[in-house]
Amino acid sequence: MIRSEIIKNLVPVLSGQLVVCNIGLPSQEMHLFGDQPSNFYMLGTMGLSSSIGLGLALAQDKTVIAIDGDGSVLTNLGTLPTIANNVRDNFILLIIDNGSYGSTGDQPTYAGKKTSLAAVASACGCENVIECQADEAVDVVEAAIASKKMTIIICKCISGNIPVPVITLDPVVIRHRFMQAVEA
Amino acid sequence: MQLDKIVIDAFEKNKIELVTTVPCKQLSGVIAELEARESMTHIPANKEDEGMGICAGAFMGGKRSAIIMQNTAIGVTINTLVTLTQFYRLPLPMLISFRGELGEPVACQVEMAVHTKALLAQLGIPTYHFHNRDDVHELDEILKYTFMCNKPVAILTDASFWKGE
Repeated sequence: MIRSEIIKNLVPVLSGQLVVCNIGLPSQEMHLFGDQPSNFYMLGTMGLSSSIGLGLALAQDKTVIAIDGDGSVLTNLGTLPTIANNVRDNFILLIIDNGSYGSTGDQPTYAGKKTSLAAVASACGCENVIECQADEAVDVVEAAIASKKMTIIICKCISGNIPVPVITLDPVVIRHRFMQAVEA
Repeated sequence: MQLDKIVIDAFEKNKIELVTTVPCKQLSGVIAELEARESMTHIPANKEDEGMGICAGAFMGGKRSAIIMQNTAIGVTINTLVTLTQFYRLPLPMLISFRGELGEPVACQVEMAVHTKALLAQLGIPTYHFHNRDDVHELDEILKYTFMCNKPVAILTDASFWKGE
């Protein structure tokens, strides 16, 4: 299973939730399969999905699911200690780990080699760290939402991409409708 | 009154509830004052771009946010300032210690100081420079202006300012 299939399968579980979508293909796939006002699409700024998600979870009480990638987490590895030391039980970080920089041509990441992001997250002090396989993603995310405990999920899958259109929504429109969904 | 307290009072008055910081020796007092303030959440960040991401999320979650950092961070955060803060039109007060100005003991700090205002100007970021102690009285208006225009705004605070008791 590749990332786009995981995202497609997650659409019903993420319906109505506040979702921060990582730059590039993850945002484009969420937009294609499950666009909703409560999705925040990152059009740039590689690495900050987890940081934006944490800030959002710190500021209000609704559940926030930040969809990240292994490459993006490696870019902003300092995010994991910050998350671990500022626990918010309405925050779920879902790292879809395909061991590659998917949006830029599937170049391998270190997470697909010797580096375990689950071990890194645990070493940083994160308490509920779950590594799962692609076919378990729906159940694991559903359980994490129900648990009301801050959870870091590393969902392993194989690399590969499908053609998806770029998002042409204006960033201010994305932000405006997202903030209305937060307030609703 | 202590500058540290005046600065954090202005943040509080402008309903800033979440502040991320990356420390600088010059900012230790203001960070301590922030940490002690019950009305504000202080989230230390490991890098300034991470802090700006947290600020963006907090603002979209309904809480005004701000970042406290050193001017060297301008070099770190250009992509984030442009593709997140400016692109999505998010307000972000940046209280910045302006190292490398008069009184600076560390030569390397001057290397970034000479580029700081030029980089901010290139990015179209409104920039204020606090050099004298009395300059702090503009902070309240600067914060109001930031949340009015939905832009990142830089407040450069140099060594003379912090020593001007």
